[in-house]
Amino acid sequence: MAAGKKEPVVVTGLGKLDKPASGLLTWVDARFPLMENWRTHLSEYYAPKNFNFWYFFGSLAMLVLVIQIVTGIFLVMHYKPDAQKAFESVEYIMREVPWGWLVRYMHSTGASMFFIVIYLHMFRGMIYGSYRKPRELVWIFGVMIFLCLMGEAFFGYLLPWGQMSFWGAQVIVNLFGAIPIIGPDLSIWIRGDYVVSDATLNRFFSFHVIAIPLVLLGLVAAHILALHEVGSNNPDGVEIKDKKDEHGIPLDGIPFHPYYTLGHDLFAAVVFLMVFSAIVFFAPEMGGYFLEYNNFIAADPLKTPPHIAPVWYFTPYYSILRAMVWNFFYIDAKVWGVIGMGASTLIFFFLPWLDRSPVKSIRYRPGMHKVIYAVFVVCFFVLGYLGTQPPSPVGQVVSQIGTVLYFAFFLGMPWWSRMGQFKPVPDRVTM
Amino acid sequence: MKKLLSTLLLALVAAVTTGAATAALANEEGLHLDHAPDRSTNVQALQNGAKLFVNNCLNCHSAQSMRYNRLKDIGLTDEQIKGNLLFTGEKVGDMMTVAMTKKDAKEWFGAAPPDLSVIARAKSSEAGSGADWLYTYLRTFYRDDARPTGWNNIVFPNVGMPHVLYELQGEQRAVYVNEKDPHEAGKTVRKFEGFELEKAGKLSKLEYDSAVADLVGYLVWMGEPEAAHRKQLGILVLIFLGLFLLPCAWWLHHAYWKNIH
Repeated sequence: MAAGKKEPVVVTGLGKLDKPASGLLTWVDARFPLMENWRTHLSEYYAPKNFNFWYFFGSLAMLVLVIQIVTGIFLVMHYKPDAQKAFESVEYIMREVPWGWLVRYMHSTGASMFFIVIYLHMFRGMIYGSYRKPRELVWIFGVMIFLCLMGEAFFGYLLPWGQMSFWGAQVIVNLFGAIPIIGPDLSIWIRGDYVVSDATLNRFFSFHVIAIPLVLLGLVAAHILALHEVGSNNPDGVEIKDKKDEHGIPLDGIPFHPYYTLGHDLFAAVVFLMVFSAIVFFAPEMGGYFLEYNNFIAADPLKTPPHIAPVWYFTPYYSILRAMVWNFFYIDAKVWGVIGMGASTLIFFFLPWLDRSPVKSIRYRPGMHKVIYAVFVVCFFVLGYLGTQPPSPVGQVVSQIGTVLYFAFFLGMPWWSRMGQFKPVPDRVTM
Repeated sequence: MKKLLSTLLLALVAAVTTGAATAALANEEGLHLDHAPDRSTNVQALQNGAKLFVNNCLNCHSAQSMRYNRLKDIGLTDEQIKGNLLFTGEKVGDMMTVAMTKKDAKEWFGAAPPDLSVIARAKSSEAGSGADWLYTYLRTFYRDDARPTGWNNIVFPNVGMPHVLYELQGEQRAVYVNEKDPHEAGKTVRKFEGFELEKAGKLSKLEYDSAVADLVGYLVWMGEPEAAHRKQLGILVLIFLGLFLLPCAWWLHHAYWKNIH
């Protein structure tokens, strides 16, 4: 961008740098595009000035990612990925390691908070049409991050080696056994054994601390690079790049740094940290939702718990899995369950092409659309709730209805998103 | 925005009511647990509980994650721990383990007695806290000649553990009455009515309940010895965030955004 140009070094928020600092920056800049990147991604990345509450969750997701990585590094120093020692090593961290309890609770709370933040971030994208052209790749990288996060959570959940860790992994890996022909061998290959065992724990540990985090960080970089290429959407769904001043700066854009970094997201981060701390310090188990009670019993391969429930963030998909009880077309209900569960997460990839609405933002859509989004949210919550409960006849019917509505939301979108009376979209953003 | 928020709020209310209605239909009957008095921060109760625990539970149950000298946190000194709570040559820095092997235990009781380090956390459920479960469990043993140990339990039917505290509580028998089945006319169900004390123990009912409450308080404390410290620290952290960082961030927001319209 600014290649070859020699300018006096001015850093936004700091003004002109004094000589030694300026000299060092010039030296670095001749060898590495430091200031160029600073400008492209922070001080001269122009973001719409009308971001609202829903726009906090992107930077909060970054904050949680950092919390998870830092606390994770310290946990790995004391945790033992060994079926004989894993459960006790977690209690060792809780009792004997200085501040170990805090690090562990931050990590376990961080896992759930990551999903809360990501779900809200995704919902923001959905109501303001942030996945629409030209932001399809931003969205696709985002969905890939979401899938990675689910993998990360799944692998990580085995590590404390409690009853729910063990049996949850057992149930999920067994699902692969439902795949025709290759299924049984595939599930043995994943576990490295005939049951979840020390071999499984070791490989899940490797995936949790190395493989998935590497992919995750790469995807986060891709997500942000793609976003900064096309620019951020906003609650009005207006393209701010359509209206620029004489310097080529969007009229409704403000530099991301410092207006959003220090002037907006910092405040959100503090509020978030207050909620986060309230959970970590006063309710780390969160009523059995963040830390399941049964997971305080060490894994016992011979004792199946009466009720195996995944952690709350997986329960909507788990409900969809359990809702499939019929053997269609000679294919086992279990396989349909796996297909349903897979489809319910993968379907997010197709949103940019399913949505045919002439306007991006929910603000200018017909009231009917708001009702449809609300029904979808209700479905998501009801499915999520039912997934935490033991199976019951009533629950099954309700989750089947929920599953139908869940998929109808996506598959009907090409039609319903075009229906109704749309409101005129303004030329400029509204504050 | 407001409309959207209110729609969402309505959606949430709908979700919660649907969920609750389904739940109500799904599980009609639940385990009834007595509410345990909270003694997990009462030092005297904790010390009494520790004594009961070491004398009665630690023969068969281990608490592998618990170090004896952690009892200093509840006001005991190394000398007190050595003199009153160590019997078989352990050191104060040792973990609370048992000599019985898992294999022997399984032969004798049918199942190895679980480790009790975090038992109070593990026994929490929708029916009540882990403390409630333990408090009810330890008070509802009754004589049952059909069981190999001669004991049975209301909360944990056919449990392998005999009533270790019977000398304190005494021996009680469960009284059942036959009642009409509310769901099926013409059928009767056996309903638990209460206990009948057959042989008095060393303690009165009130004294026994209090002793169990102390023991349960100890188990809760042992489940997470840092819990009290954690909550204290939490208040400081929230004060720092809320009274210092939050106003700073708010001031920054206003300073930067005052010219953006």
